[in-house]
Amino acid sequence: MEQNDNKNSGLNRRKFLQGAALGLAGMALPLDRADASFWESFFQKHFREMNDAEIKKVLSRLEKECEIKYKKAVKIGNEKAMPGVMFGYGLDLSRCIGCRRCVYGCVDENNQSLDPQIHWITVLRFKKGEKWVDLENAEKYYNPDKVPQDDYFYMPVQCQQCENPPCVRACPTQATWKDPDGIVVIDYNWCIGCRYCMAACPYGARRFNWTEPNRPAEKINPNTHYLGNRPRYKGVVEKCTFCIQRSRNGRYPACVEACPVGARKFGNLLDPESEIRYAIKHKRVFRLKEDLNTNPKFYYFFAYGK
Amino acid sequence: MNRYIVSAAGTVFFLFFFFHLHQAEALEQEVHKKFLVPPPPFSQGIFPCSQCHQGMPANKAPRKLEMMHQDIALHHMPGGWCFDCHNPDNRDTLRLANGKIVKFSESYNLCGQCHGTILREWKAGLHGKRTGMWNGEKQYLLCVHCHWPHDPEFKPITPLPPPVKPSDIK
Ligand code: SF4
Ligand code: SF4
Repeated sequence: MEQNDNKNSGLNRRKFLQGAALGLAGMALPLDRADASFWESFFQKHFREMNDAEIKKVLSRLEKECEIKYKKAVKIGNEKAMPGVMFGYGLDLSRCIGCRRCVYGCVDENNQSLDPQIHWITVLRFKKGEKWVDLENAEKYYNPDKVPQDDYFYMPVQCQQCENPPCVRACPTQATWKDPDGIVVIDYNWCIGCRYCMAACPYGARRFNWTEPNRPAEKINPNTHYLGNRPRYKGVVEKCTFCIQRSRNGRYPACVEACPVGARKFGNLLDPESEIRYAIKHKRVFRLKEDLNTNPKFYYFFAYGK
Repeated sequence: MNRYIVSAAGTVFFLFFFFHLHQAEALEQEVHKKFLVPPPPFSQGIFPCSQCHQGMPANKAPRKLEMMHQDIALHHMPGGWCFDCHNPDNRDTLRLANGKIVKFSESYNLCGQCHGTILREWKAGLHGKRTGMWNGEKQYLLCVHCHWPHDPEFKPITPLPPPVKPSDIK
């Protein structure tokens, strides 16, 4: 029974389109046992074209599907961007010790697949004094007994929530877009898994689910957002959303709270009292690959002193 | 004529006095501005300090501790002594260099005496960790939640495992 359910919910527009492209549309549709949920997901409109009532219906259908799959109640929220808010992130490289607490805090909060493993945050290690900001050749598999090590410094990289995001422009189905608070989101029910966005992202921030994401029910965080940490499907792309399910409710992203040294800063770029504005005003901040004009909202800096 | 001079001088004096008062008041407020912090990280069963120190005369002479607190090696400001920070008259409180008494839950004022720039950045949320709401109430960690005050250098920790290499995925 469970198997059947999985099969049904797994067969969606994406598969259908793949079939249609090969002229096999008829074969892709299990007309004999297609249930209401299947047809509803098949005809689901683009997220931004749905009205509130339609969204509500979709959310409750998806919540039911999650419950069947994980045998656990999952709440899928739809908090909208708050007016007057543009999120910005700061990372103090002089404090980061490369401990990867942020990586796993993110995995737990955002329901990433455990096997195969998906991490939205990558912590890079650079040797002091050598040419760095060479992201492609940075060391991300370092594994000493203790960090920080004397001769190295560390730079975590995740989605930079570009103001001018190449990933969005590359997407042929508009399954990914930038919301008014600056968060670049992905609709996992609209993504066809073509991975054009991954090719377009200069920061390597997007991840693809090559297989069914694997996360035991007891490790599922049930507080989710439609555009954020709800359990994903095989064949869709995902990435950091500044913890949309938390930040749109006023909370700090999980990585901010996981970092033991307080290297991570988060706030509203439009609020002069926010810590991110303080960092921009008082520190020399820089952004990755500024020459590409992606205009990231992720600011790195070196604060001085101990 | 004289009268005018006197009254002008009086005004100046008054203004000066007023300004001074005002400044002192601002400082006062600054010292007592409260930040929401979790309870200080006392070792189990050690607080209130007066449990043991009640009626024990304060020995202000720097010396090697033999009975209690031997685990404390003062690597913070070598040559210092307990009463640079702890209040000899009431061990349940701390004392600033200017004699002002501060609670353990406001010990950032004590650290800020020397680490002024850090204190400023801590208040702005830049140094150290804040949790809670980015648009509302924030919880600050005290300096001593991360830095053992007697030896404040941040100690190295074990990193969490590196990501799986693509070549290791079965
Ligand atoms: S970092 Fe990559 S995924 Fe994130 S917004 Fe920029 S281009 Fe898109
Ligand atoms: S948790 Fe903080 S210190 Fe550790 S790697 Fe992440 S940003 Fe750096």
